[in-house]
Amino acid sequence: MGKYTIQVNGKSQEIEVDNDTPLLWVLRDELKLCGTKFGCGIAQCGACTVHLDGQAVRSCSIPIESIKNKEITTIEGLDPNGKHPLQEAWRKHDVPQCGYCQAGQIMTAATLVKENKKPTSKEIDNHMKGNLCRCGSYPKIKQAILSINK
Amino acid sequence: MKSRKVNDERRSFLKVSALAGGGFILGFPWLLGCEGDVVAEETTLAHPTNWYDLTAYLKIGDTGLVTIMSPNPEIGQNVKTAMPMIVAEELEVDWKNVNVEQAPFDETKFERQVAGGSQSIRKSWTALRTAGATAKQILVEAAAKQWGVPVGECSVAKGIVSHPSHEALHYGQLAASLVDVEIPKNIKLKDPKDFSIIGKGKMNVDMEGIVTGKALFGIDQAMDALVAMVKRPDGFGMKLKSFDAEATKAVSGVEDVFSFEDKIAVIAKNTWAAMKGLKMLKAEYYPEVELADSTSINKQLLAALNTKSNEPKRNDGDVDAMFSQAEQIVERSYEAPFLPHNPLEPMNFYAHITDEKVELSGPIQTPAWTRNRVAELLERPKEQITIDMTRMGGGFGRRLYGNYVLELAQIADKIRKPVKIMYSREDEMMTGPFRPASAYTFKAALNKIKITAYHLTGAGVNMSNACRENNFPAGTLSHYRVDSHNIESNIPTGAWRAPITNFLAYAEQAFFDEIAEILEKDPIDVRLDLLYAAKDNPVGELDYEIDKMIGVIQLARLKSGWDNAMGKHLGFSVYYSHNTYVAEVAEVVMSEGYPRVTRVCCAVDCGLVVNPLGAINQIEGGIIDGIGHAMYGDLAFEKGRAMQQNFHQYRMIRIDEVPEIDVHFVESLNDPTGLGEPTLPPAGGAVANAIFKATGKRLYKQPFEKELGILG
Repeated sequence: MGKYTIQVNGKSQEIEVDNDTPLLWVLRDELKLCGTKFGCGIAQCGACTVHLDGQAVRSCSIPIESIKNKEITTIEGLDPNGKHPLQEAWRKHDVPQCGYCQAGQIMTAATLVKENKKPTSKEIDNHMKGNLCRCGSYPKIKQAILSINK
Repeated sequence: MKSRKVNDERRSFLKVSALAGGGFILGFPWLLGCEGDVVAEETTLAHPTNWYDLTAYLKIGDTGLVTIMSPNPEIGQNVKTAMPMIVAEELEVDWKNVNVEQAPFDETKFERQVAGGSQSIRKSWTALRTAGATAKQILVEAAAKQWGVPVGECSVAKGIVSHPSHEALHYGQLAASLVDVEIPKNIKLKDPKDFSIIGKGKMNVDMEGIVTGKALFGIDQAMDALVAMVKRPDGFGMKLKSFDAEATKAVSGVEDVFSFEDKIAVIAKNTWAAMKGLKMLKAEYYPEVELADSTSINKQLLAALNTKSNEPKRNDGDVDAMFSQAEQIVERSYEAPFLPHNPLEPMNFYAHITDEKVELSGPIQTPAWTRNRVAELLERPKEQITIDMTRMGGGFGRRLYGNYVLELAQIADKIRKPVKIMYSREDEMMTGPFRPASAYTFKAALNKIKITAYHLTGAGVNMSNACRENNFPAGTLSHYRVDSHNIESNIPTGAWRAPITNFLAYAEQAFFDEIAEILEKDPIDVRLDLLYAAKDNPVGELDYEIDKMIGVIQLARLKSGWDNAMGKHLGFSVYYSHNTYVAEVAEVVMSEGYPRVTRVCCAVDCGLVVNPLGAINQIEGGIIDGIGHAMYGDLAFEKGRAMQQNFHQYRMIRIDEVPEIDVHFVESLNDPTGLGEPTLPPAGGAVANAIFKATGKRLYKQPFEKELGILG
């Protein structure tokens, strides 16, 4: 067990957990931030994607002890009003089916559109192919990402 | 906020309307919903102080806002949007003033609270419409009575009742004034031509929660409850001999370890402690029976295909006589592996069991079945058991089977504290039930221009019927026989999105493509010739309508540019399932020596389209699911154990492998039919037939990826 102070969505949080606890379970079980989802536990599906200092990472495979002072952003903190351009595009295109993977999809896509204002279809494929959607909402995900900054 | 109780007179109305799934509900908390068109329009009505219940399906707030209960489980098929749309349509309210809530499981108030068979909309269509229309009629009659005018002089639009000589009243005002309501008779439903909500795309009602990460799913509830994870025998047919929990108990956060059945439960304060504790468990097992493996199962399936059953599923004419005098016989066999369902949200459920009650909550496609099994298992009266339904992170048939709830019930009954069961992905992929492995042989007698006899033999693992004998081409052939064989196994199998047809359709449609090649005919013409010839006088009983099948074939032919596809590699497939007709044309392009599916054109006849946005999502999802599993899906057993255990060993389709999909609906005012499954079955055949055009290779086994590897 160890005491950690981590920066989540702009707030400092103190927690006491096992050193090897993955960030995913700190967010969900300790901080009750349940927007970040558990899908596979081995960084293969992307459902648990969050930002660590602005980079999209798989929170299921990052132990809390390695986080240090890095700024963590979850879907709950992506935009204070839930109006990030991607969230708006997701609404406009009615992207989700079951919806379970979508927080991870949005968090992954957010790092793409931050660097690349107008990604092409191929760039979207390359950036997003680590995120599984079992329902097959892929065409809508692509349309939504293509629609922003238009 | 308070909710006014209905009086006895209204009760009698409510009882009668139970025929339409009516009843009444009190005291639901106001949840801020999300309503409106694609770009959600926000309501301008104020937050109500009082709510008035009008049937189990809806309640009306004193400001005119309406809450509509969605009765069925939501697995991503979006019935939570579509079912309330149907109620709202007949109620005559503005969709932006509608808030939607998930109804709890309650057999006294709702019918068929099941997510399965793509039947939610079809089977509840009339009940939902009647619920809305009945409430509207009560409110209009109340206005007429207040004004002392005939009902026929009143008009209603957007939740407001009007009369030329009176000040209009909104539903909230009228609901507040209701006393001694007469039971309306002869409820009149709208003419579908006048629909203004049905047929217009409405955004998923849970959109806000989904894109901002709110707690919606089973896994997100009861975050303070204990977590239970379960170690199961390391193969079907294995029994638990002994276990050592010392290391597990030493993990901080682990509270308890005990065995039940042949399983070991680890109870912990949080998920990570449960996962760690589970890993530390040492258990020994022994085989109680012979352990199953895929190789021997496949051999049994293929052997079964060589036998004729004593009781064919269908036997028109005399296939044997026709085969014995045939100019040419074509025979092909097709094989399918087991598959896991893999919804992205792993199985989980919440329970709190006390002497007084059994509280259950979570993702389940079959709450009634589950409640009944839990009652039997715990020997508790059904009345003590409640089930709340959460949104589900996918189902695909997996959550029809409440085996995880039964495990949880045993655990929660023992520990008597609030507890949540959690599956890991490995648990998910190894526990089942699985899509059964199956195999089919198609045999056709041909003369120079057509099929003269047709014999389908199917075999599947734990399948009471591996075939769909009254489906196409039944009725189009005078000599037609179908046999089915069951291979029993202790590997648990069950419904997987579009059960049976998820593979059978591909095999059949790939076979027809080969028939067309041999007859040197256009693949679409081969099907159409049979259908047109049988149109007015089909042989025997059919599950499908020939005209509708022709309709989707012609639409797909037109929209895909089938007849002007020089140089393109197109594959055609058509299938009827879940009361819906679907034709698909897939296009394949060779890229670095490998076939890539770049486009699918899809024609659908599903009757009236309730929510085009949701409908297109289901259609696209079904096609992508069909392509993905046909291309990559593969799960094998060795010594009773699933060898693919997580996504690094089990490939699923990803965004860069998905084609462009264009969807075309047959315009129809018929009652709506299923959509969650029917676009999946034809996808594999369309792709296989297109791959043949591109590569010259016929595919007889799924996954295609393995078959194509040989092409290399």
